[in-house]
Amino acid sequence: MTGPRAWWNLIREPLLSVLGAFVVGALLMAASGHNPISAYMAMIQSSLVGSGLTSTLGRATPIIGLGLAAAIAFRSGFFNLGGEGQFVLGGLAAALVCLHAPLPGSLLIPTSFVAAALVSGLWAWLGADWEFRFGVPLLISTLLMNYPARLLASYLVSKPLRDVASGLPQSHAIPESAYLPGAISGRFHLGLVLVVIAVMAVSWLFLRTVVGYRMRMTGLNARFARYGGIDVGRLGRGVMFASGALAGSIGAIQILGVHFRFIDGALTKPFYAWTGLMVALLARSRPVGVLVGGFFFAAVQTGGFGMERAVEVPRELSQVLQALIILFVAVGAQRPVRDLEEGEAHV
Amino acid sequence: MSELFSLLDVTLLNSTLRFVAPILLAALGGMLCQRAGIFNIALEGLMLVGAFGAVVGSHLTGNALGGVATAMLAGALMALVMAVFVVSLKGDAIVVSIAINLLAVGLTAYLLTALFGVKGAFRPTDLQGLNAISVPGLAHLPLLGPLLSGHSILVYLSWVFVFASYFLLYRHVWGLRIRGVGEHSAAAQTLGVNVAAIQYGVLILSGVLCGLAGAQLSLGNVTLFVENMSAGRGWIAVVAVMLGQANPFGVAATSLLFGFTDSLGFRLQGLNLPSQLTEAVPYLATLAGLFLVAMRRRRALGT
Repeated sequence: MTGPRAWWNLIREPLLSVLGAFVVGALLMAASGHNPISAYMAMIQSSLVGSGLTSTLGRATPIIGLGLAAAIAFRSGFFNLGGEGQFVLGGLAAALVCLHAPLPGSLLIPTSFVAAALVSGLWAWLGADWEFRFGVPLLISTLLMNYPARLLASYLVSKPLRDVASGLPQSHAIPESAYLPGAISGRFHLGLVLVVIAVMAVSWLFLRTVVGYRMRMTGLNARFARYGGIDVGRLGRGVMFASGALAGSIGAIQILGVHFRFIDGALTKPFYAWTGLMVALLARSRPVGVLVGGFFFAAVQTGGFGMERAVEVPRELSQVLQALIILFVAVGAQRPVRDLEEGEAHV
Repeated sequence: MSELFSLLDVTLLNSTLRFVAPILLAALGGMLCQRAGIFNIALEGLMLVGAFGAVVGSHLTGNALGGVATAMLAGALMALVMAVFVVSLKGDAIVVSIAINLLAVGLTAYLLTALFGVKGAFRPTDLQGLNAISVPGLAHLPLLGPLLSGHSILVYLSWVFVFASYFLLYRHVWGLRIRGVGEHSAAAQTLGVNVAAIQYGVLILSGVLCGLAGAQLSLGNVTLFVENMSAGRGWIAVVAVMLGQANPFGVAATSLLFGFTDSLGFRLQGLNLPSQLTEAVPYLATLAGLFLVAMRRRRALGT
């Protein structure tokens, strides 16, 4: 399915959804007394040119990464809504390693990533394990687990790990030897490269490996996959571990490449995980689609700030546009999950 | 031990029903959708839109009941959008719900700035909250008085709706149709039931109920709007529907349980415990509830 017609079929609905959302967004702006054309112009100018482009790419890094993490789970039929908690715990684990592990500087970066991937992978694995072992619906358990994860991190950096001198709820700064290459110079740090490599790796996994084939088959029809001899319980636990591990690694990228300490709310307030989830839905869980869609949503967000500065349209319009896109995408979407009731059938 | 008992004091009793009401109202809405075969996980967003509508309405009309009416309208409109996408356009209900939840966050934040020029929170000085109504004869009873009396009108209404929805579902022809659509929509259709109309109806009703839930949050429990103030309560309501087996009294009982943990968490803050720990209590209780749902299902299947 590589002909131009197949490609068009794949991107037709996302494109129409984007178009529809921007039309509705224009109506909303007109209704609240703004000129939508100048607002959209300001949005494009401030997100795709010069320093705007730099900041779009910086924002795109976590969004693409978290979109890919969601896509791994969605494509296999597991609705992982816990990206936010997995992202936060990964960042927390990375910060803890950098602050407390008695390691030489050169080992801090790889150890942080391993710790972040393990912690978040296991956290996500729990959701899968509970579904297959007890029939607890993963869609809801993963979502609910976001709250304790976020609150735990918030507690740790407000009390035991707090950098009291800074006066803010945040951990101490990590040593410079743990900074990702390129992080000090500006926004182009190694994170973007790592994320692009991850996109290619997952694409290869889906299309060229047996595991990827099993994942796709399970995503299309779990019962049929089980009938065909796939151990869906094992696959699901592995998929959720991988999805969580990737989300956790993105947390590490943000700490080691952007914030250099764990700041309460810094990973959750920009809505990265939810934006990533939307990107995965828009891209129908295709890795290359996540790359393009993640860049696009990052541009919409960066553009939102520029738009607010230039023409005083509230930047929250970006969030409205994104949600509208997903609303349109939902029409004609193949159901990316098994029925909730199927929890029992896994036994 | 004595510390534990001192927690169960009058303030806790009084706050319990206040915390139950938003969860209960939203859960009743979710229950009606469930009964008509729609898995509505947009309760969170509908509630948020209601909370925003309530504050806007109260601010503009200078009357808390004007706020309640606006909240119902706002919830209903958002639910109408959801119905168009789920029922008419056959969009995936889960994806549409996620979009509605995120749209609610974005839209309320956008309108907050566009209409009032503020970000984050909106607390006009003249904002009218819902009055506490004390029930004559009840107010002075020990224990029961503080538990049952001195609440907003919406708290009392939430319990009226428990009985009303029981009547609707089991004693009224519409309820029969709703259940018919949920259990076997094709069969209901052949018997002349307008499936789409029923599904539109329950979705809009759930929007109205979530609107009321939001009004209780922003005009009852506090008197202000804060971005994303529903803070997961809509998801707790989703679990309350599952644990209550979409039965009005079951849903009421589970909402009572979750609302109690919510108020307990709030009460525990007085004990010098970290606020993050006490805030986590209701979510952990809800997760535990999810395990109960699963175990009961398993037992019912006899495995």
